[in-house]
Order: sequence, then structure tokens, then C-alpha cells
Amino acid sequence: MVIVGAGGHGLATAYYLARNHGITDVAVVERGWLGGGNMARNTTIIRSNYLLDESAGIYEHALKLWEGLAEELDHDLLFSQRGVLNLAHTPQDVRDGMRRINANRLNGVDAEWLTPEQAREFCPILNISPDSRHPVLGGTLQRRGGIAKHDRVAWAYAGAADALGVDLIQDCEVTGFTTAGGRVTGVRTTRGDIGAGRVALAAAGHTSVLAALAGFRVPIQSHPLQALVSELLEPVHPCVVMSNAVHVYVSQAHKGELVMGAGIDSYNSYAQRGGFHVIEHQMAAALELFPIFARARVLRTWGGIVDVTPDASPVIGRTPVDGLYVNCGWGTGGFKATPSSGWVYAHTIATGEPHPLNAPFSLDRFTTGALIDEHGAAAVAH
Amino acid sequence: MTRLATGGRIDRSAPLTFTFDGAPYTGYQGDTLASALLAAGVRTVATSIRYGRPRGIFAAGVEEPNALVEVDGEPMATATTVELRDGLTARSLTGRGRLTAPDDQADQAGHDRMHAHCDVLVVGAGPAGLTAALEAGRTGARVIVVDERTEAGGTLLETRDLVGDAPALAWVAAATGLLAELPEVRVLTRTTALGRYDDGYVVAAERRGSRGRLWRIRAAEVVLATGAHERPLVFAGNDLPGVMLAGAARAYANRYAVLPGRRAVVFTTDDSAYAAAAELAEAGLEIAAVVDPRPGGGPDTAFEVLAGHVVAGATGTAEVTGVRVAGREIACDLVLVCGGWNPVAHLYGQAGGRLRYDDDLACFVPEGTAGRCRVVGAAAGEFSLAGCLGEEPRPGPPAAPVWLVPGDEPGYDTHFVDLQRDVTVADIEAALATGMTSVEHVKRYTTAGTAHDQGKTSAVTAVGVISALRGVPMGDLGTTTFRPPYTPVSFALLAGRDRGVLHDPVLTTAMHPWHVARGAVFEDVGQWKRPHHYPGPGEDMAAAVLRECRAAREGVAAMDVSTLGKIDVQGPDAGEFLNRVYTNAFAKLPVGSCRYGVMCRADGMVFDDGVTMRLAPDRFLMSTTTGNAAAVLDWLEEWLQTEWPDLRVRCTSVTDQWAGVAVVGPRSRDVVAALAPGLVLDNAGFPFMTWRETDVPGAGGAARVARISFSGELAYEVYVPWWYGLALWEAVLAAGEPYGITPYGTETMHVLRAEKGYPIIGQDTDGTVTPVDLGLGWAVSKTKDFIGRRSLSRSDTSRPDRRQLVGLLPIDGEESLPEGAQLVEDPDVPVPVPMIGHVTSSYRSAALGATFALALVKGGRDRIGTTVFAPLGDRVVAARVADPVLYDKEGAHRDG
Repeated sequence: MVIVGAGGHGLATAYYLARNHGITDVAVVERGWLGGGNMARNTTIIRSNYLLDESAGIYEHALKLWEGLAEELDHDLLFSQRGVLNLAHTPQDVRDGMRRINANRLNGVDAEWLTPEQAREFCPILNISPDSRHPVLGGTLQRRGGIAKHDRVAWAYAGAADALGVDLIQDCEVTGFTTAGGRVTGVRTTRGDIGAGRVALAAAGHTSVLAALAGFRVPIQSHPLQALVSELLEPVHPCVVMSNAVHVYVSQAHKGELVMGAGIDSYNSYAQRGGFHVIEHQMAAALELFPIFARARVLRTWGGIVDVTPDASPVIGRTPVDGLYVNCGWGTGGFKATPSSGWVYAHTIATGEPHPLNAPFSLDRFTTGALIDEHGAAAVAH
Repeated sequence: MTRLATGGRIDRSAPLTFTFDGAPYTGYQGDTLASALLAAGVRTVATSIRYGRPRGIFAAGVEEPNALVEVDGEPMATATTVELRDGLTARSLTGRGRLTAPDDQADQAGHDRMHAHCDVLVVGAGPAGLTAALEAGRTGARVIVVDERTEAGGTLLETRDLVGDAPALAWVAAATGLLAELPEVRVLTRTTALGRYDDGYVVAAERRGSRGRLWRIRAAEVVLATGAHERPLVFAGNDLPGVMLAGAARAYANRYAVLPGRRAVVFTTDDSAYAAAAELAEAGLEIAAVVDPRPGGGPDTAFEVLAGHVVAGATGTAEVTGVRVAGREIACDLVLVCGGWNPVAHLYGQAGGRLRYDDDLACFVPEGTAGRCRVVGAAAGEFSLAGCLGEEPRPGPPAAPVWLVPGDEPGYDTHFVDLQRDVTVADIEAALATGMTSVEHVKRYTTAGTAHDQGKTSAVTAVGVISALRGVPMGDLGTTTFRPPYTPVSFALLAGRDRGVLHDPVLTTAMHPWHVARGAVFEDVGQWKRPHHYPGPGEDMAAAVLRECRAAREGVAAMDVSTLGKIDVQGPDAGEFLNRVYTNAFAKLPVGSCRYGVMCRADGMVFDDGVTMRLAPDRFLMSTTTGNAAAVLDWLEEWLQTEWPDLRVRCTSVTDQWAGVAVVGPRSRDVVAALAPGLVLDNAGFPFMTWRETDVPGAGGAARVARISFSGELAYEVYVPWWYGLALWEAVLAAGEPYGITPYGTETMHVLRAEKGYPIIGQDTDGTVTPVDLGLGWAVSKTKDFIGRRSLSRSDTSRPDRRQLVGLLPIDGEESLPEGAQLVEDPDVPVPVPMIGHVTSSYRSAALGATFALALVKGGRDRIGTTVFAPLGDRVVAARVADPVLYDKEGAHRDG
């Protein structure tokens, strides 16, 4: 089997193919360096407090795997369950938060509602002044959520897969597919052809390019998404805070830098860079919630490519080409799902049938309309 | 003291006092904190982050890796770039800054954004930059020159180079003088180009005391004259205080009149350090020896040159006391190192430019132009001053770089590559031992190049070390990516004035002062402030809302509806356009009528709704939800501009052109009659869902009145130009005074509409709800095409058991169902509990005398009459499923 893309998902898939299914005759081909795409560019937030049953299922499976992953892979992943706080700034945010908390609890996912005062107790640098432009009206907390060190996760999966006999091939770009009778028989690469009974794409935004080579289309739009870090700071921010309305998500990494995600750039692009005004806007938003950050400095900004489907949920499953599988469309949420994405994708490739957790995430849901629309509409009340 | 008696660009008549780690010192105007500390003999300025080793000042500019300080509340600054000022207080750091509680004075200081366009932006005012600026300026082009230093001149400020027979600074003065005479040229010093973005867009930060300016510059051409950074050498003990870049020592002597030591050993692979040594010796520094690994050494010099040799190690514990060379130890308090120069190619890299490793120069150099960026001078690998001035270049001898100097003993534990991150060659060996080969992997594994200086002295050195250890050519390894900003920039500067209330514009209506005076409680809806309710004396919210609701149902009440989005849609194809945008038909709507419309996304899910009036055959006035007005206009424009450019339609937002008041309730006709005496108001003359132009004498005259209702009661909406909004509001209240007219807010509006089962888009919908799910199937045309139509026919979207909008009546009418409650069939099953829906809206109804809710429930319409449960952790609320229309199902109140 060939897995195209040695990001977190591709590497985890390779590892679980070997571990869960005993399939080790696997090559993971990567056009750059392993773990160098979105795996190296995300803001490392892990949580599973999703609203819809299908999402909660796959993300909660991931969180349970995260909780044992360092031990299993024998690698310190700096996985820290410091809690993820999602803030509410409008009455509709409060309604949505309550709805999600109630759904989480009934799905067996930990969730709490915090009042503004409780939110500040949990995150003492949070500005909860009722006079602020978008005052904090409360928030949902998932205590089991947190962060991990993205690079180490990639390297741990790579090392574990390698130890089980998987081949990892860097600087090897897929340029086409070989097929026979409508079934994939291998990949063409910049370093030669590789024959394979099954080929699994794990290439995020570039899935569109690969799918085009294989003769089908995937409903994803790729956008730049930027993130940034500050200089190293003494501990100041103890948890993860996310705010949709003010558009902030921020944590402080182990070394001490503040890690923040910016807003998505609205245009489509494969260039791993976005507009600077997005960063400026992001800083203004951050200072509303965290006035103490005013004199912190941006050390480094960068961009990744988020692959967004019409319902902002991933696609994991079969394609119109026999033997060719797809795992893409994770948008802004891919890192946290890495373990379960690999787990269910490996199952799908190994058995030819989706795992129950990824069955709803099929490509044909865009034909049937059985969407998994986690974001919902952006409308605000009258 | 090692301050020289003469020379330098400091003002000896302006002494400045400052403290560092609590001790008082004196320096001069023109000093940096670093030069003043060196002048005071301070050798150790910081402690390293991982190993706690002492560190001294290493460089003289932004590339400084060691001298991190906290300065007057700035959590982390580089002492080499902090301009000395009187009373400055600094403290050394151990790699990490400390954020302290915000100081409102300092942190709220307004940083400004500046916008500029130019033909040529020159980054760097050194010899190459000034030459380029003069060349462009003389053509009459609009030129902006930015430079991070306090004055133009670049490295010429730091050397005693000559131009012709005169000091180079005389040339600088002449050049800046010429530039000052050119009206279209602007020179910005203390201004650092942070990053380069698409289409010649460069962001630069200008330092102006506690306030700064963020420049957003759009340039037709960007000339990068950003110079080069000197490279250190990697040998044992190369981190000891006293080890310093040779060019930095030269800068301290020439620009700041400071000798950073007494007796130096120069360790260089490059001729530039010979000139540095000569100038330093002339200033009084003793040069013990020049160690040059090149077999033939460098240019002729008066110093002892140990050619073909290396410094095998620096000795000393707290600071350097000597070096080991060729088996002997040479005592010194300064080791001046130069391993060559790296062109500063950050912005070029950000423009997508490719760097080529040049073997003759032993550095990565830009190859050609990239994205409107042209590179000149040292940044382009042109290291001779003559070349930078546009004269015939004088190339030096081929470089012979030494990336890694073995010590006397095996091991690389004190061979530092990144001083700030405490990364040694041993760490790089460890990374390579894991099988990592990419420079990106080694960077991430070791953290080399990721510190405050972003690898300005370490990134290429790390590549060199990898090259040496692996035996792979530099060019095959390449560099890591150059990411903005070039130097760190504060959050506050980027936030500019978008702070506090200016973070997001606050929109208020013309009637706002009245609402404030009346003591309204406001809520944010989009950017608008809307009255949520108007509490009377001693009233809480619940009491106020019940009173307001009763007034609307039994008497008359008024609401400020000015915030509703309003889009003027004009053009011969406006009717056809609305036909495609709305699920229901608008093309044949008569002039003078209004129609409620629903619009969907392409996936068939409800996006917005509102009432649209036809003003003329080719003109409609669309209303949108308050919070969605901008998104709807974007949506219309997206379709017009990308899918249907053939339609002759223009859309204009007129939300804040028309102020509106809803007059609601059985007595509303009486109020409007008094307000607009000329209007025929009986049901036949002014039927439901029509509008009229009329005269409202109390509010400037011309007005539009529409008979529409979001409450189920007889109701009118009166619109006048925004300017007359407050007058209209007061006129309505005066006209309604005999009937006890009651102002009401959004909460009452929500209750009234919910009693009638009218959904609020965004509250009762979430992007997964079709018009049919909402019970609006009557508004979905079966004969025409519209956005989302095809999706509505998909198998899942047309499923009969989708979540549908229903009413919920708690079995105990005193108990309320919280909004956001999930609904289940059986509350007693174990987790995971299957959920069948959720509560979207919940209120207490004066009209019903009980609580009620709206909910989206799976197959809800078939469940009417059954009981569902809301498990809430500590309790379970049972409720009966009902038709969503709970009040006046027959519509008897609509016509009064």
C-alpha cells in the first residue's frame, strides 16, 4: 500500500495499519519533509467537545487515544490537558454553548459551563469587564482538552511506523496514478513508480490536485490560515482560550511562547502565506481579551493551508476509483484528530469498509445531503 | 572605562544615567544600552536559557543573540537596539520575558497606522540603499527609504571606510542632503521593514518613543538594500563573554567610541576582520594575533597572523581569558570572530525569491528579482563598498569557510551554534543521529534559529554545521524559511487604535439618545446596540418584558427597527435576480406590495429572511436580519459578480439611510392615523403586505409606511430618512400617548414572534435547517429555480424525519426549558443518550399565561402531542410537543 503524504494523518495511518491490521508493506511518500505541512503549522489545540454526534464520536475517540499515546509510542509528546475554554460573547454564543455542553454530556464528553467570574478564575489574565466591546458572557470548558507538541507527534508516529517496517520516503512527489480496469495499481512519483494494491491520499489541500490526477473532484476549498508565536515568556497563560466572536485562540507552549491562531484568509490559495491585515486584526482581538499581552511581541508568523469542505467536516473513505482512498477536508481541526483519523483511515484501507466512526464522513454525503455541519450558519438574531 | 576620549557619534555633552540590574551607570546621547554597558565595563549581560552560562554582548545590531533585557516594562528587548535615554531601567533576562499587569498609560498609547504608496521603496539606507534612492529619486519617482537605524549610513556609520579620499560619512551626508532636496523622496529612520507581502506590499514599524507607527506601504518596486550579517565561528567555548563579532567591535569603536576590551585575538576566515582589527588597533585595542585558517592568511597586515590555524578553544569560566591556538595559549579578554557574511535576504525570501549558495562567497545569495523585489549591495552578495556605490566591484578572494572547528578534545558540548537557544553542535549531532536530514527537521529538533533573533547569527551556521557533519554540500541543504516579522513587533503596535470601543465599530440608531435617556438595557446585535427591554421603576427584566408584551397584544407598542438591514436593489433585472435569490417568487410582485422572502445557501439551508418592498418596476428595497446585513450584501454581490454578471442589477446598502419604527397592536391604526393624517388606513385601502408613501408632518415629511407584522398583531412600520429618526420616534410616542403606547425591546419582539411560531434566523436555525424544516414550505417555489433548489431535492435533505421547528409546552407551565437544552425520548438510558433535538428559543408568555419554547425536533411535526424530555444534569424537564404557532393560529389579530 502507498500512503500519499507524511503529515500527521498519513504517519498515524501507516502506524495503525501496521499495529492494528498487521499490514507493514507500506510506503509513505512525501513531497517535502515529513510532518512539514499543516502538522508543522497548527496551533496544537486538542479537544473533543464537538456538537454533533458524528464529530463528537471521532474527536472523542482521538482524545482517548491522545490520553495514552505518549506511553504507547514511548515518546514525550508534551501532551498537557490544561483545559480548553471556549468563550461566549453574545446571547447566541451562550445558547450555542449551552446546546453544545448538553450534547457533550449526553454523548459522554466532559463539558462544563463557566460564568465570567469562573472563567477568570480558570484563566486569571482574561478580561471579563462588562464594559469591553464584546464582553465575556461565560464559556464552555473541556478540562480534558489541551495541547501537545506537534512535531514530536509526527516524529513519534514516524518512528513507531518505521520500527514496524513501514517505509518513509521524503522528497518524493506523486505525479500520477497507474490504473488497470478502473482500479488503482500504483503511483508515479518524481523518484519512480511504485506499485500498490491500494493507495491512500493524506494530502490535505493538495488532495484536490491529486484527485484531479486520478480523474475525480473533491469538494474542498483551500485557504491560507496564519498563526504566530511571541517571544518566550515566563508562565502567564495557564490554559487554552478560544473565542469565535472576537476571533482568538491562544495557549502558551511549554517553552514559553504564546501560540495564537489568526483568522482564515478568504481567498483560495496554496501559498502558505496570508495577508498581514489578518494578523493585525488578530492582535487587536487578543488585546481585548488579554490586555496583559500588549507589550508581548510577535516573533514569527507563518501560514498553513486549510482544506475546507462545504460542511467543514472531513472526508474519509472511498473514492470513485477502486482501491484509492481519501482523507481530507479537516480544515482547521486536523491536528487534534490525528490519532483517530489514522485509526479509522487504516481500518478503511485495510478492510475496504469504513470504520463506524468515519462512515458518516463519506464523500457521497455531498450528493445525499447528509451533511455534518458543525459550524452552522453565521446569522445573528434580529 | 573603555570609552574613547574622542570620536564616535555620541554626544558627550549629554550624559544620561540609567540602571542595569539595579546598578547605576552613565552613558551618552547616541549610545545604545549595549554600547553604554560596554563602556562601563559590563561584560556579562545575561544568563543562558538552558545551561545558565554567562553571556556577553555579541553583536551591535538586531542580530544580537545574547543581550536580552527588560527595559522600562518592555518585556524583552535587545540591548544593542535600545537607544539610551535618561532614567532608563533595564534588567537582564534568562531567555524569557515577563509580562506584567497592563499599564494603561503606556499600553493604551495609541499606535498609528500609516498608509503610503510609492514607485520605489528602498529598504536600507546604507551605501547601496542611498545609491538606489538617489538614482530613483532623480527620475522624479516617488521614493520611500526605510532604515532601522537612527540615522542613514548603514554600516558606514560603523567603519572608517573612505569614499574616494574622503570619509564615507561625508558621502552619506551629501547623499542624504541630496535626497532631502527631492520633494518626492521620504526617508524614514528608526523604521524596520517587517515583512513583504503580495503585490509590493511591505509592512514597516517606525519607533517613535512610546508610540509607534505601523506603515503599510504599497510599492511598484522594492529595492532591498538590507546589507549582510556577520557570521560567527563555531569553536569550543565560543559563547564566553568577550567573544564578539569582529564587525560589532568595529562598530562599538567607531560609532560609539567604546573599546569592548583591551587585548584581542582575531579569529577570521574573511578579510573584513583585518580592516576591523586595524581600526580597533588604531583606537587603542591591542591585537595579540590574527588567527586565519586560510593557508595564506588574508591581506597584508602589521599584526601577527597565524595562517592555516584555528582557535581550538576559548578559555575562561566567567569570561574569556585566552584562546588555544596551535598548541599554545594566547591571553586575551576579547575574541573577535568573523566567519564570513550572510546577505540579509528575509524580505526577498518572503517574496518567493530563491537563494543560491555561492561557493566563492560562501553564502546564500538572492538569485534575480522576486515579486517586485530587486536586491542590491551586500544583500545581493556585493560586499565591496565600491560595488555598493554602483562602481566597478572589487571582488575579494574566494571564500574558504570553516563551519566547524574541532576542539582539542572530542565532543561538541560547548560549540555553540545558537547562543540564545543554547544549541550546540552536540545537539545537531543528536538530531542527525535520529535520522533527520532536512534543515527544517534539525531546526525543529534542536530549536536552533527559533529564538528572539530568529537565527540571524545561527541559521546559516547551523546549515554549515550540518554540511560539515554530513559531508553534504551547502547548496543541497538550503536554508530554512524566512518568516515575518524581520524583528519582533509588539502586539500593541499591530493592534493600533483598534482597542476598546474602537475594536469594533459601535453602531447606534438615530433614536439611541432617547433609549439611553429612558434607561433601556441594551444588547449587542451585530455591531448595533439595540434596546433589549425598558425596565420601569422597580421592574426586573421579566416584569418589563411581560408588560411590554401585554401592551403590544392589548393596546399599542413601538419599537425602533432602524437596525434591520436594508439593501436597495435596482436595475431592469432586479425582479429576476430576487427570483433567483429567494426561494419564493418576486418577479411579479406588484409595485406597492411587500413580500416575505427566504434565502438559502447553495446547500439548501436557510441563510436569511426578511420583507422586501417593490418600489418601482426596476427597484426593490430588501430587508435583512440586523446581524446579517453585510453578509447578505456580500452574498448578493458574489452571485452578481461571479455567476450572473449578465444581470443588470446594482445593490446598495441603505441600512443607515432609513430610520424605522414598528407600531404594533390593536390600537396601532389609531396611532398611525394621528401620525400620518393623509393615509387611508382601512383594510381595503391599505391591506396587509402593502406599503404607501405618505407625509409624516412630525418627522420631516416624506415617509414610507408598510403594513407588515412580526407579532401577529395589526402593525405598521414607518420609515423616514435617518436624519428624522428621533423626530419620528418622538412623534410616534406623542401620537400614541392617548393609547398608552409602550416602547419595547428585542426581548419582547422575540416573545411576540415566538408565540406566532416565526423563526429567528441564526437562533432557531443553525445552517442545517431548510425552509421546509421551519414550516416555510409554502415559501419554496416549485416552479422556478433559486439558489439551493437542487440541494433541497437531495435524498437526505428531502427526508421526512428531519429536525423540524415545533413548539414545546412544559408539562409544568411554571418551569422553563433553557435555550440550548437537548431533547431525548427517554431520559433514563445510559450515555451516549440518543438526542432528537434541542430548544432554540424559550420564553414566558403573557398571552399564554405559561412558559413555552421553540425547538428543532427530529420528525417534530409527527410528534405533536407527544412528550419529550430535556435532561439538564440536576433535573429533567418534560414538555409536550405542539404546533409552533401557539397564539392566534387563525390570524384574527392581523387586521386589527
